[in-house]
Amino acid sequence: MNDILKDRKSQIVTKGQDDVAIACGKASIAGSVSQRACVFCGSRVVLYPIADALHLIHGPVGCAAYTWDIRGSLSSGPQLHRLSFTTDLKEREVVFGGEPKLYQALIALIDQYKPKAAFVYGTCIVGVIGDDMEAVCRRVSSEKGIDVIPVMSEGFNGTKKDGYKLACDALSKLIGTDNKTEVPEHSINILGDFNLAGELWMLAEYYKRMAVNMVACMTGDGRIDDIRKAHNAKLNVVQCSGSMIYLAKDMKEKYGIPFMKVSYFGIEDMSDALYEVARFFKSDEMMEKARELVKEEISHLLPALQEYRKKLEGKKAAIYVGGAFKAISLVKALRLLGMKTVVVGSQTGNQDDYNLLKELCDEGTIIVDDSNPNELSDFVKQTGANLFIGGVKERPIAYKLGLGFCDHNHERKEALAGYEGMLNFAKEVHASVCSPVWKFMK
Amino acid sequence: MKDTIINTPPKPTAEEPFKSTRNACKLCSPLGASVAFKGIRGCVPIIHGGQGCATYIRRYLISHYKEPVDIASSNFSEEATIFGGGANCHAAIGNVISQYEPEVIGITTTCLSETIGDDVKQYIRTFQELSGDKKLPHFVTASTPSYQGSHMDGFHEAVTGIVKSMAETGELGEHLNIFPGFVSPEDLRQIKNILEDFGIDYILLPDYSETLDNPIWDAYKRIPDGGTPIESVKKCGSARASIEFGTILNKGSLAGRVKNNVQANSVGDYLESTFGVENRRMPMPIGVSSCDKFFETLKEVSGKEIPLKYKKERGRLIDSYVDGHKYIFGKKAVIFGEEDFVVGMAAFLNEIGIEVVLAASGGESGHLESEIKKYCPENSASILVKNGWDYELIHEWCAENKPDILIGNSKAYYIARDLNIPIVRCGFPIHDRIGGQRIKHLGYAGTQELFDQITNTLIGYKQDHSEVGYKYM
Repeated sequence: MNDILKDRKSQIVTKGQDDVAIACGKASIAGSVSQRACVFCGSRVVLYPIADALHLIHGPVGCAAYTWDIRGSLSSGPQLHRLSFTTDLKEREVVFGGEPKLYQALIALIDQYKPKAAFVYGTCIVGVIGDDMEAVCRRVSSEKGIDVIPVMSEGFNGTKKDGYKLACDALSKLIGTDNKTEVPEHSINILGDFNLAGELWMLAEYYKRMAVNMVACMTGDGRIDDIRKAHNAKLNVVQCSGSMIYLAKDMKEKYGIPFMKVSYFGIEDMSDALYEVARFFKSDEMMEKARELVKEEISHLLPALQEYRKKLEGKKAAIYVGGAFKAISLVKALRLLGMKTVVVGSQTGNQDDYNLLKELCDEGTIIVDDSNPNELSDFVKQTGANLFIGGVKERPIAYKLGLGFCDHNHERKEALAGYEGMLNFAKEVHASVCSPVWKFMK
Repeated sequence: MKDTIINTPPKPTAEEPFKSTRNACKLCSPLGASVAFKGIRGCVPIIHGGQGCATYIRRYLISHYKEPVDIASSNFSEEATIFGGGANCHAAIGNVISQYEPEVIGITTTCLSETIGDDVKQYIRTFQELSGDKKLPHFVTASTPSYQGSHMDGFHEAVTGIVKSMAETGELGEHLNIFPGFVSPEDLRQIKNILEDFGIDYILLPDYSETLDNPIWDAYKRIPDGGTPIESVKKCGSARASIEFGTILNKGSLAGRVKNNVQANSVGDYLESTFGVENRRMPMPIGVSSCDKFFETLKEVSGKEIPLKYKKERGRLIDSYVDGHKYIFGKKAVIFGEEDFVVGMAAFLNEIGIEVVLAASGGESGHLESEIKKYCPENSASILVKNGWDYELIHEWCAENKPDILIGNSKAYYIARDLNIPIVRCGFPIHDRIGGQRIKHLGYAGTQELFDQITNTLIGYKQDHSEVGYKYM
């Protein structure tokens, strides 16, 4: 039995052994059981948290059913995003076209739910049968007086990353449409936070303590009206750069708004995210507030972390997550707990991310792009990892092999960002790695 | 696709505008087919379509079974969509063989590959020709465009496909075929125990009792142990009889079809018409009446007595019905999920005095109402039966009609929470609890667990909402 498919070898490197650059950004290999999803998934997850918009999926039932309430993205107000709407196409529409159904569905849903805008997602089949989704959206938009934005996210048309880009294009159509609202001087947009388990609210609170104003978050706890005025911000602070970097670049080009890449996971990266913003606004006062904030937070956090570190020191971790930028923060956060990363990989990382990972990790660490269950199970066995950090699809791999598991996916119910999040992270890692149940696995 | 006569014109759109499906109470057909393929020994499913289909379906199944569920994808690109998915299909088969060395590869299609007219069977033939003398896995296919029927149609399509590709004629045996439908791994184990206690030789298909509910492993298994072996499926054609649970099966796949296709066969029908294996079809054995039918049938076709153990189980179940009857009588229940599950559950609730006020399914067989009325003689007139419903329709109906309890999968939890109605989780999927794969529904023992749970849920709800919090019932 082949351990690693021949065509995948270039996507796996071991630090200290392979001196070549990792291959990435490639389409998944047929039959490889990739953990990736599709273009539609990319668009859907990015736009999903916009809570006062209607999200209608034009296609057969599956695409909507599998993405119903899929993210733990919280909203402080409307909950419309948590409903799953689909045109539920049947053979009849595949043969005769689905435009009438799409039109009728949109009209009825807009009448019933009165959304601020609507996103219509095209799935594989729509691309094949040739429905003119754009024309239907234009018509409904003019009849109902709200923006109805087509997202042509046919699943086969690229990878999940292409879906991110389409989602950014959709947001871009809304940005700049509200020029009446004035925003305070020190204003930022937060890009690439999805308010999982209320993480955005924590971040917004940190920035508020530094007297930084948030215009829009894209897309956690998102609102259409906020997105419309996002071009008034002075700075875009981008997390999860994989999904939102397209939008940041687009806004820089169109509105001259600079952007910076940050991460909110772990003490180091979280604190940097605050300092960088203060540095950008060239405000000593703001920097002073940031320092105070960090000092205060850390003074509670570090002693608490110490307890966990004692128990976790020397344990080994494997990381496989969606974006590589998150993986980088996780390596650092684990280090803070005394843990060593022995396997690290992502579904959609780019060359820069992987180079950074290689620099950061210890000798012998396996770095992998677009992996699959067979490889991951082999890697954790080879390296003797004690913990796996991943999502739903990685969890049973860890459990079957007797490893602890930390859920760092979009379904999670515990906030892992920020200072509070770092403590939650330590608690979760500790609860899993140090559980007595593992002794029965031997 | 033999018959190309279009006999159903497109629905006139002016009369009744289409309403969007809101929180669908069904899934797409490749999911069902993948589950069925997981019940064959040594089988790796491939979904012939975009990468997302396999990943979404894996994620959905893993969240329920809490097990590794490897399903490969042929990972369609734009090029494959335009020029056909043959090369992708071949690459996927080749890579699955080299990574997994499977005994069987089950290929299920998708809306995408069906619409562009990919001929998977032809691709397999070419692959076999190109491989020369090399030993290849057995191939099974299921035609499962997601715009046709629901996951149940995909499930039955795959089961029938498996049998069609393997069953052989032979001397009439003593063995029985058991086609349990889409039930939990725990229920599959129960069925096996019952047949073993009877001393009946049987073929259970599909059997994912181990593959989707593994014990802990020493080393990672690329293909989990268990599943119905090919050699057993071959013998389906020479069985004494088939027992098929479910009376609606894949009749829903005809909904929304344009072409006048031949009525989809259930696996029992197929074996009866092709091999002359008598088919005994019955609702899922939930409740005393349905279980009696199952046990009596086993007794009849095998000529063996019902083991004492089950007579006692039956006696204890009825004894508990008596203990609990007053707490549940006249309570109004809403049940939902796959059509055959809903029929089985309705029959059970009917016999214990719970009033089914709404029986809803996303399935669209058009047979749900007549089947429910057939198996709920006591209060059939008062049951509102809805084919093709979604959770939001159920939600709105419940808000207006205030039922006492919801019984079905975990997806309706949000309705229960919103309206403060207790919910009993059973069926598929159970995404917000552990142990979905171990929920018992079938047989006297399964019914016993359901009965206790439903009764205690109602008692508990009253207790929680009472002013004094009493200590006795």
